[in-house]
Amino acid sequence: MTGREPPRSTARDLERYAGLFAARTKVMKSSAMRDLMALTDRDEVISLAGGLPDTSTFPPDTYAALMTSIAQESCAKALQYGPTEGFAVATSCIAEVMAAEGMTVDEDELLVTTGGQQVIDLVCKTLLDPGDVVIAEAPTYPGAVPTLCSYEAEVVQIPLDADGMRIDELEEALDRLEREGRRPKFIYTIPTFQNPGGVTMSLPRRQRLVRIAHERELLVLEDNPYGLLRYEGDPLPPLYALDGGEFVIYLGTFSKILSPGIRLGWAAAPRPVLGKMNLGKQAADLCSSSMTQLFVAAYFERGDWRGYVNSLLELYRRRRDAMLDALAEHFPREAAWTRPAGGLFIWATLPDYIDTTDLLARALREDVAFVPGRAAYLDGRGGSSMRLNFSGVDEQQIREGVRRIGAVVAEQVGLYGTLTGAAPAPASAGSAADGAGAAERLADVLQLPRRGARADRRADAER
Amino acid sequence: MSTVAVLEGGRSLERRVSLASGARVEDALERLGHRVVAIDVGADFVQRVLDAAPDAAFVALHGRDGEDGTVQELLEVLGVPYTGSRVAACTRCWDKVLAKHLLRAEGIPTPDFHAFNETAFRELGAAQALPAIEEQLEFPLVVKPAAQGSALGVKFARTAADVPAALVSAFSYDRKVLLERYVPGRDLAVSIVERDGEPEPLPIVEAVPTSQDFYDFEARYEIGRTRFVCPAELPEAVAERAHAIALAAYRTLGCSGFARVDLMLQEDGERLFVLEANTVPGLTDTSLLPQAAEAAGISFDALVERLLADALVRAAAA
Repeated sequence: MTGREPPRSTARDLERYAGLFAARTKVMKSSAMRDLMALTDRDEVISLAGGLPDTSTFPPDTYAALMTSIAQESCAKALQYGPTEGFAVATSCIAEVMAAEGMTVDEDELLVTTGGQQVIDLVCKTLLDPGDVVIAEAPTYPGAVPTLCSYEAEVVQIPLDADGMRIDELEEALDRLEREGRRPKFIYTIPTFQNPGGVTMSLPRRQRLVRIAHERELLVLEDNPYGLLRYEGDPLPPLYALDGGEFVIYLGTFSKILSPGIRLGWAAAPRPVLGKMNLGKQAADLCSSSMTQLFVAAYFERGDWRGYVNSLLELYRRRRDAMLDALAEHFPREAAWTRPAGGLFIWATLPDYIDTTDLLARALREDVAFVPGRAAYLDGRGGSSMRLNFSGVDEQQIREGVRRIGAVVAEQVGLYGTLTGAAPAPASAGSAADGAGAAERLADVLQLPRRGARADRRADAER
Repeated sequence: MSTVAVLEGGRSLERRVSLASGARVEDALERLGHRVVAIDVGADFVQRVLDAAPDAAFVALHGRDGEDGTVQELLEVLGVPYTGSRVAACTRCWDKVLAKHLLRAEGIPTPDFHAFNETAFRELGAAQALPAIEEQLEFPLVVKPAAQGSALGVKFARTAADVPAALVSAFSYDRKVLLERYVPGRDLAVSIVERDGEPEPLPIVEAVPTSQDFYDFEARYEIGRTRFVCPAELPEAVAERAHAIALAAYRTLGCSGFARVDLMLQEDGERLFVLEANTVPGLTDTSLLPQAAEAAGISFDALVERLLADALVRAAAA
């Protein structure tokens, strides 16, 4: 087969059914990257590509007991439709989770959804006409890209740095749009432990963002799946808490604190917006699973949900540290990466001559996978970056996976040096005396935070 | 009725497409009344072939292992007849550099090129020869891995500054890469299927990019960004020449059973160039060879039956 093949395509079907497809399907993309990602689920591959929480830590006994109690006490209800907005027993659990992050919410300002993903879909469905502008972060959650595309949004991506979205650049973009007579429908942000960036928006920026939303009367979609997964430092108030529920639509989920398999998330939003989203949800799926809502309710009543989250914190903190150590040891000095204080992801950026989509093909030969950075952009940028997940596999696999990626990166850095006549770089960042300097220069260019203090300390210690 | 092992999946970058091709072939074989054993080619490949003891193997395995002659070599050893090209032809086609040398030696037009192993750059200072190569081939030029089936790793270099990164990308897929003169023009695919041992060219398929960015290879293969026209709208004389050149390439490379030859028709509408030949072309419901077959009045089932019969006849003759 060759490039001429329409390999991943249904090109001929498109021809055949072209007259039937909606215009918006023309912007839904299928790409070579999907073919690559199809290879990452082989057993022998160490996948740092997913965003999977480690559900193997949930006690089977607890699961069995909860399901038994549902069967005994509310079998008929579990098997029946429920209200579109969700069961009250579920929304009270949601209020409890939000309270744990310093938010107060009236339960009638909540909509139970089928995963957090549905909130993104419903917000787009409710707010967007084709061609409407949405502001997102650069990079943004790869899973939001197909949603935004399917609603034909024109997405303007605002760069991140160590303190989250660059609010000065946001204001510039808003001013520019205003001069063009355009107004974004909403600003999509993951302020805490950003996916894929791993960075967290600082308090002053949060305050500025909320102020901007109020001054310009813009809606903000705050996506917060990871807020409770903080491994160090003090929590920052969510935008929703700062805003008082006026211009912020809040997206929460049980996926990362309990289970993604139960497919339960929620939205908290100003009532008029929530009302429209409720109508959208009726059209989409009537209601989310009664069974899993009752599962959550039973779990919150009998189980120790905070205790379980705390156990995850211990586990993920160790895995994050293992990944940061492995990056310092195995990635070349030309690389830079974020040092997340929580969440599930590290974002690494390589020299611009390395294309991480091609690198993934090479890495797969060594049985290791990551998400190429381009997946987090709508405009083809991100070609030299990658997202690395540290929650889905154990520490030993993380170390080995990063070692393998580091080896193929070093190979390409060396080759490029040979091709351009540049001196080959020393293999290891951690031992390079000026490694931090190189990372800092790169960080300036890419608006990435400079290499974590931890790596610098390592370098110092070894000097 | 025969027992047929369908080889599919595998470990190559084209795994997903291969599974789709394989599934479609399985369905066709079942409709034709054969007993089908699907084999996802992996570590237990030989054992599974031994267990299945098939009368023939249908190779629907794209990319590495399926197109480079590996499974064919094993099937030869195991004495199992198989569809498509023999080991030698697979080896020649899979290595685009070798294929181009053979074509050039036979006077079959193929774009000018130079090819190098990674070691040439690492150990022999080949980088210093890049300016001379660039002068010969002119910009933009195409950089691609010698052996890689899909559009992955194929890059345009518009200027000298683009070349090193394009080489690094191409080397992600193979130890050998080629730099090739870019032929601006129309993308044509000539599918060839044998009838009673005689190769027969099918109607030509043209890939028409709907996106304006001709330098974005990937865009050409994304849904909605490329349109396929079959038969391609070409003057009869041009179509005939394309058929003749594709057949010459097929014979020169020693293909058998079937193959797809990819060509470029230069902007002048006159000159044709062979880019490569594919010994296990895609067989999905959207792939080019089945489209071409259908345009020629050959249903997918008939195509599969013909390929299988060809394999059995060749084995009996051997």
